[in-house]
Amino acid sequence: MAILIIAEHNQQALKADTAKTVAAATKIGGDIHLLVAGFQCGAAAAEAATLAGVTKVLVADAACYQHQLAENVAALVVELGRDYSHILAAATTHGKNCLPRVAALLDVAQISDVIAVESADTFVRPIYAGNAIATVQSSDAIKVLTVRSSAFDAVANGNAAPIEAVAQATDAGLSVFVSEELTKSERPELTAAKIIISGGRGMQNGDNFKLLEGIADKLNAAIGASRAAVDAGFVPNDMQVGQTGKIVAPDLYIAVGISGAIQHLAGMKDSKVIVAINKDAEAPIFQVADYGLVADLFVALPELEAKL
Amino acid sequence: MKILVPVKRVVDYNVKVRVKADQTGVDLANVKMSLNPFCEIAVEEAVRLKEAGIATEVVVVSIGQSGAQEQLRTALALGADRAILIETELNLDSLQVAKLLAKVVGTEQPQLVIIGKQAIDSDNNQTGQMLAALTGMGQGTFASKVVVADGKVAVTREIDGGLQTVSLKLPAVVSTDLRLNEPRYASLPNIMKAKKKPLDIVTADSFGVVLQSQVKTLKVAAPAVRQAGVMVDSVDALVAKLKQEAKVI
Ligand SMILES: Cc1cc2nc3c(=O)[nH]c(=O)nc-3n(C[C@H](O)[C@H](O)[C@H](O)COP(=O)(O)OP(=O)(O)OC[C@H]3O[C@@H](n4cnc5c(N)ncnc54)[C@H](O)[C@@H]3O)c2cc1C
Repeated sequence: MAILIIAEHNQQALKADTAKTVAAATKIGGDIHLLVAGFQCGAAAAEAATLAGVTKVLVADAACYQHQLAENVAALVVELGRDYSHILAAATTHGKNCLPRVAALLDVAQISDVIAVESADTFVRPIYAGNAIATVQSSDAIKVLTVRSSAFDAVANGNAAPIEAVAQATDAGLSVFVSEELTKSERPELTAAKIIISGGRGMQNGDNFKLLEGIADKLNAAIGASRAAVDAGFVPNDMQVGQTGKIVAPDLYIAVGISGAIQHLAGMKDSKVIVAINKDAEAPIFQVADYGLVADLFVALPELEAKL
Repeated sequence: MKILVPVKRVVDYNVKVRVKADQTGVDLANVKMSLNPFCEIAVEEAVRLKEAGIATEVVVVSIGQSGAQEQLRTALALGADRAILIETELNLDSLQVAKLLAKVVGTEQPQLVIIGKQAIDSDNNQTGQMLAALTGMGQGTFASKVVVADGKVAVTREIDGGLQTVSLKLPAVVSTDLRLNEPRYASLPNIMKAKKKPLDIVTADSFGVVLQSQVKTLKVAAPAVRQAGVMVDSVDALVAKLKQEAKVI
C-alpha cells in the first residue's frame, strides 16, 4: 500500500496544509510519496523531502505545471497514480480544483474534507455545513481524499527523503493561465494562525477593519471576515471564513460584529476558544462563544487594543 | 450558444438540520427544500448571458426525486428555457451524477456548462470538476467573474490566496462561487410562464450508467456540542479571562 499526496506550493516553499495532509496519510499507513508538480520548483521539492513520514518525493518540473492548472496536474496524477492505494490533497481551493478531476478519470469516488481517519478505508467527514458528521467506507480500489487541514497537526521536519524526477510534461491544452492577484500580507495566514480576529457586517466599511489591525498586531493574529463583509467589499474574498470560505481552528477566534449564521459557524466552531463581541445580546454567535461581550464594537475594540 | 445548468434540490440554507436518532442520516421530513444557492447563481449567470445576446438557450437539468420538479420550475421562472429531470430514488454520489450529466452533455451539446461549486447538503464540491474530466473539457472553478468571447471563456476564480484568471477553450465547465452575481427574484408573471415551459422527465436507469456507489455511509452523527460559555461585562473582564482562565493570550 502506498499513498500519493499532491503537494501544495508556490515553487519556493510548501504550504502548511501539505504537512497536515501528510499527517492524515500517516494515520492510513504505508509508504507516502509526495508529488511536487511545478516549474523551477526545486526548493519546494527540497522542503517536501524534510517532512516526517514521507518516503519519496516525486518532482514534475516543467513549464506546463507552472500554474498548476487542474487539467494538466490531474492528467499527471492519473498517469502516476494508478498503482497507489490512496491519493490525497489538502481541501484547499487547489486540492478541491484538481482532485475530483483525478477521481473521475480514475473512475472512483472522492471523499471530500476528511477530518478523521478510522482505518485505511473508513473516513469521517462533515456534511450539511458541519451540522452532521458522516462516517463513510469506500470499496474503491483507489481512495481519493481531500483532507481538512484544520483537523490534523502538521508532521515534523527533519526527514531526508529521496527526490526523484518524473519525466511527464503534457499540456492538456484546455486552459491557459491569464493572471493572478494575490493578497499580500505580513500577517500569519488564516489557516496557520494561532489567533484570528474576524469582522462582519457590523464593521460597516473596509476602513474600520483598521480597528482589528491594531489588535491583530499585538496578538500576532490573522484577520478574517464573514461573507457579508466580503460581499459588501470591505475586504478581499480570501479572508472569508465559513462553509464556503476557509475552515479554521485556531487557539483563539474573536468574532466582531458577526451574527453567527450556520455558514459562518461551519468555518470556525472547532476553534479552541471563541470570543464574540456583538451589540445584540440575542445574536446566535453567543451560543458558541466561550466568552461573550455585549458591546458596541466601536467602543470595545479601541479599549481592547489599549488593554492588551 | 447553448448553456446547460445542472441544479440540485437541497435543504433550504436557513434550516439547521438534525441527525436521525438511529444515525442513518439527517431528518428531512417536513423540512423546507430549495434550489441550492450556488445553483441559483449558476442559473442567474446563464440567464444574464442570454439577455446579453451571448447565449441562445438555457437548459436546466436536475437529478433526483420527482420533487425536484419544483426547483426546475423555479429555475424556469428565473429565465431558463427548458428543463430535464433525471428521476431516481437513489442517493447518488458526485461521480454518478457527473456520469449522467456527461450523457446529457453528449445529447445536448452545450457550449458552456455552468454549475454550482458545491451543494450545501453533501458539501462535496466535486461534480463540476468530474463532469469536465469525463467530457474532456477545461474547468473554471469557483468563479466570481465569467466573460465569454471569441470561442473562449475567461473565468476569474476565488482561490485561497486571492484571485486567479484562466482562459478556457469552449466547450467548458464553469463552477460558481457566491460573488459571481446576485440572483434575481422570480416575478409572478414569470412564475406563471414557467408553468408552461417544457419539462421532460426521464429515468436515471435509461442512461446505461452504473448508479451503484462504492462509498457506503456507515453512520451520521451529530457534531460535538460546545460547552455553554459565559458573558463578561467589560473589556477588562474579557482580557482577564483570556489571560488567566483560557490562557490563550
Ligand atoms: C450558500 C451559502 C454559503 C455561505 N457561506 C458563508 C461563509 O462561508 N461564511 C460566512 O461568514 N457566511 C456565509 N454565508 C452567509 C451567512 O448566511 C450570513 O449571511 C453571513 O455570515 C452574515 O454575516 P455577518 O454576521 O457579518 O452579518 P449579519 O448577519 O448582518 O450580522 C452583523 C452583526 O453585527 C452586529 N453589529 C452591528 N453593528 C454593531 C456594532 N456597532 N457593534 C457590535 N456589533 C454590531 C449585529 O448585531 C449583527 O449580529 C453563506 C450563505 C449561503 C446561502
